[in-house]
Amino acid sequence: MRDAFTRALMREAAENPQLTLITGDLGFGVLKPFWETYPNQFINAGIAEQSMTGMAAGLALTGRTVLTYSIGNFPTLRCLEQIRNDCAYHGAAVKIVCVGGGFVYGSLGMSHHATEDIAILRALPGVTVFTPGDPAEVEAVVPVMLRTPGTCYLRLGRGGEPNVHPGPVQGWILSEPLTLRHGTDVALLSAGGILTQTAEAADLLAARGISAEVVSFPCVKPIDDEKTAEIIARFRHVVTVEEHNIVGGFGSAICEIAAGSGTGCRIHRIGMMDKYSAIVGTQQYLRSQYGMDAKAIAERTEAWLRGE
Amino acid sequence: MTAVSYTELTHAGFSPAGPDTADPRVLAWLIRRHGLEMTHLSRGSHIGAIFSVAEIIAVLYTKVLRIRPDDPKWPERDRLILSKGHAGAAVYAALAERGFFPVEELKTHYANGSRLSGHVSHKGIPGVEMSTGSLGHGLSVAVGMALGAKRDGAAWRTYCVLGDGECDEGSVWEAALQARQFGLDRLTAVVDHNRMQSLDFCENTLALEPFADKWRAFGWHVIEADGHDTDALAAAFAEADAVRDRPSVIIAKTVKGKGVSFMENNILWHYRTPQGEEYEAALLELEGQRP
Repeated sequence: MRDAFTRALMREAAENPQLTLITGDLGFGVLKPFWETYPNQFINAGIAEQSMTGMAAGLALTGRTVLTYSIGNFPTLRCLEQIRNDCAYHGAAVKIVCVGGGFVYGSLGMSHHATEDIAILRALPGVTVFTPGDPAEVEAVVPVMLRTPGTCYLRLGRGGEPNVHPGPVQGWILSEPLTLRHGTDVALLSAGGILTQTAEAADLLAARGISAEVVSFPCVKPIDDEKTAEIIARFRHVVTVEEHNIVGGFGSAICEIAAGSGTGCRIHRIGMMDKYSAIVGTQQYLRSQYGMDAKAIAERTEAWLRGE
Repeated sequence: MTAVSYTELTHAGFSPAGPDTADPRVLAWLIRRHGLEMTHLSRGSHIGAIFSVAEIIAVLYTKVLRIRPDDPKWPERDRLILSKGHAGAAVYAALAERGFFPVEELKTHYANGSRLSGHVSHKGIPGVEMSTGSLGHGLSVAVGMALGAKRDGAAWRTYCVLGDGECDEGSVWEAALQARQFGLDRLTAVVDHNRMQSLDFCENTLALEPFADKWRAFGWHVIEADGHDTDALAAAFAEADAVRDRPSVIIAKTVKGKGVSFMENNILWHYRTPQGEEYEAALLELEGQRP
């Protein structure tokens, strides 16, 4: 996803000389092509996320579209009030980019696990929240984000993820959920890089005779309420999957829509069960430990369908 | 008996043509007069900070800022951020007196449905660049503006007024590092150095001295000036304008509550609202200082 982001950004920077990328001293090997090609559109703010974010607001108020870039919780939680007061309240065109949503930096420890960011950023009025599921979605999301007014948050995974979509995602519009697979027994709704696990879980369920629909949400705020309500109204069981706390994040957003639409379906949320991860291991290891790898998603879904 | 309007009340004693608000001493006096009346009417706080920053704001709005009241979004305007947003009444008063909006509106400060919040707001108010209130934000945004202007080759300057207590915030020093790194010579910070913060003197809270040396060590051009002497402040701004390759900071030595004897250097007047005999006594003292 990181490389898809850089590719998409490079294309945009070529067309828009006012597009400016600020890093909080991170991105070696990811952003290098950008700073070598567009040195006048690049700034290293140093290890100073609060001032980086305020600076981004100031730059945006001079007519620029400004991206801030860092990893994990650094571009969000460390400077949350600057995002709220300086960026969002002023309608500043600041696009906050996080590499490492969820357990990407698994072995590095809890400080590097971004597992509350969706909930927290989603709670800020005026902030659009993007959670692409694979590199193809990243390439579709970046141009939309750069044309979305005001402050946005882009939650990326890592480098080297496979594509789940069979080809490029074309004509994506803001807030639209993307159906990857149609099904009849259960809907698996997924936000972010966990999409690989969600899609694989659908394969495992199919092998056991369960037909699962897979829908990816590259944007969790705003969500297309109408389309989402239509999807969940077709099922008795809906499972939400996110590499994130179950409190306030993507699953909560789906529950809000379901409750408001009066559907009778049951929503089961897969994610961190309101705790911090304290286990050492790779992203995939942590997913399995916290019950959100493909196997766990399939097993838990099957149990819910059996009424357990 | 006819009711006296807010404008008539606060402009009483000036010639029928109205006060000469292009004179920084007149504007500073009016900032205090409005600061007293606004905090009195609203039962509002922060009169000490408003009085402390009065000359700094007055000199900016008369001698320094290139701005157009009839075109507040003029692209080539200088930008001012009041990072110590709790002194917002001083900026509101200056903007109103300089023609950005009617003086009469100042009476709505803090009121239900008003545009004029206690901490300075940009929403719907011509001439305010940025809403503040949480300390330690303004200088970073000012760095972004100044960097944008530099990259655009624009001539306009960015000004940021901070409190000294505000310099407890780490983000101020992040921004100080960045401003030096990016060589932002069209950025001028002004610290309203009244030596007091919310609960006590700065030196008893988180000691800032040697304060000027700290800014020098961060690579800034430092100018120390009497923050209540309008000529000295104007000269300080002119000196900052001439500096190349680095940002400038004016450390303006001020007195919290300046202008009313019982408010000066008295921590009580960070929050206390002027009412009753205290309001009358303050008004009398201000009358005695009329320029």
